Amino acid sequence: MRREIPLVIVFLFGLFMIVQFFIPHRSFAFLYQEFNNWTIIIGIFTMVIGVGSLITVHYSKIRFKKPGWGYSIVTIVSLCGMSLIGLIGGTENELFLNLYRYGLSPVTSTMFSLLAYFIASAAYRAFRARTVVATLLLISAVVVMLGRVPIGQIITAWLPEWLQLQNIADFLLQTPNVAAKRAIYIGVGLGVAAVSLKIILGIERTWLGGDGGK
Amino acid sequence: MKKSGFKFLVVLAVSIWLTPFASFAEVISADSAFQSFPPMPIIVTVSDMPNDPGGALIVEWSIPDADSLTLASMNVYQISRSSNPDSEFESITSLVAGSTRYEDSGLEDGKNYYYRIIAFDNDNRLAEGTGGPGVPSGQWFNTGRIPILIMVVLFATTAIGFIVSAKKGYKFYVRPIAGIRAVDDAIGRATEMGRPILYVPGLGTASEVATIAAFTILGRVARKVAEYNTRVIVPNYDPVVMAVCQEVVKGAYTAAGKPDMYDANDVYFVTQDQFPYTAAVNGVMLRQKPATNFYMGMFYAESLVLAETGFISGSIQIAGTDQLVQIPFFVSVCDFVLMGEELYAASAYLSQEPQQLGTLKAQDWGKVLVVVLIIVGMIFSTFGWESFAAWFDVG
Repeated sequence: MRREIPLVIVFLFGLFMIVQFFIPHRSFAFLYQEFNNWTIIIGIFTMVIGVGSLITVHYSKIRFKKPGWGYSIVTIVSLCGMSLIGLIGGTENELFLNLYRYGLSPVTSTMFSLLAYFIASAAYRAFRARTVVATLLLISAVVVMLGRVPIGQIITAWLPEWLQLQNIADFLLQTPNVAAKRAIYIGVGLGVAAVSLKIILGIERTWLGGDGGK
Repeated sequence: MKKSGFKFLVVLAVSIWLTPFASFAEVISADSAFQSFPPMPIIVTVSDMPNDPGGALIVEWSIPDADSLTLASMNVYQISRSSNPDSEFESITSLVAGSTRYEDSGLEDGKNYYYRIIAFDNDNRLAEGTGGPGVPSGQWFNTGRIPILIMVVLFATTAIGFIVSAKKGYKFYVRPIAGIRAVDDAIGRATEMGRPILYVPGLGTASEVATIAAFTILGRVARKVAEYNTRVIVPNYDPVVMAVCQEVVKGAYTAAGKPDMYDANDVYFVTQDQFPYTAAVNGVMLRQKPATNFYMGMFYAESLVLAETGFISGSIQIAGTDQLVQIPFFVSVCDFVLMGEELYAASAYLSQEPQQLGTLKAQDWGKVLVVVLIIVGMIFSTFGWESFAAWFDVG
């Protein structure tokens, strides 16, 4: 029963979601919205489990003084501190907002800014003319990069329009690139349909855990 | 003298005759001269909105008696509504000239509604018409989605057909996918090096197909890891995903006959914030130095940050995502990448179960059908027969 009940629930609700897509009537739209609300509510309850897991892991690190246990103290203090400030003063109070604006937000932006350097290092390694395909990649990358900046327009302004870098870059992005993207989208769309069908029919059961991993 | 006298008499007579009209002319202004003509009729039709949940009507109108000059002179259409044609109409909106259609919503199903439309030229009422009743109602079937229904039925029928064939023993050929074949080797490498495996299930929720595909691969990885006595670390972005991952890993260890090896602290929740999660996973990579990193699921801007950090820490990396924009980043950094549907095919590929392979073949034939339809539509559209392509426009 431990496996059968979830499978029956998935089958019934999956079937409802398929049928609901084709029935615009108000009653079905209401049920659809209700079920989506249930998902949100269940998600909020699982947040309790998530926070419990977080505290358990870091408490274990502090207790057994595992490497990096000092950072675990920072994590737990930050978690408890922000929660208390938000619960007591509300999420609109000045201290809570300042901690977010001047604490979390700059740190998040810093992580995001690393992306620029990582793109440069990844491009340096990836854009090498080792094979024919890699050479094509390198040429396309150079053309698109130059075509997107003013200097690319300046250096090819004397050429016929169809040979100018920004037009070649636009062609590369709007024709072969879009064709490849759409091909992948078609495959992804069919893949989603296939996986959804497998889950609804109970063929795909890995998500249940247990021996579903075989 | 006689002639001038006669002329005087004529002018006097005409003046006396025109006097009543003259006093009337003082009242009539140039503008109000138009109001002496009745407004032109507007033909108003009211119909139920098709394929909707209810509570909406479509109001359309035309002024057949108006020439282009008159139509151009109309500035605004005032639309009023009432539930009774004999009672007062309530103004609901005004539309600019040129409009011929209005969609009214928030109405009560089953109730009669009448609409009055008045066309104005500044303050002058040029045309007027009343139409109705229209009765809003919800539809029980969206006729605009018939093409989707046909494709769903066709796909499901094909998939079931192939599943039945597979169960009867028919062997399907599945092309080798390098990323999936490398999973076992990558796990073996981690075991030889005595380092853990890091499995990142992405930033999606458990309702997303890519995340479900990640569960499948995690189950496979965890089972192999249990057999090889290696450790797998699974930091999670979503608490629901964490709960499922814990069940999957625990079940895999149990199935491998080593339930005591399972450590709940290795499958844990980090945070539901994108870059703090990325920072935490990067920290795991740089401190624990896993031999193999798996990135399976939905990824966004953090994909390259994760992959580059994994490269720096010297891990072999296998990624799989259906996020089109992130695939190039993974391709340029990772050793193996499962692109789009290859991630979904992993389940069938790893298990080799007939039922799973059957749906894989249905996917392939679905792609063939889509390509055929695209070619047919392209040929038809080239010759100006747009109706074929328009039939697939479901809005």
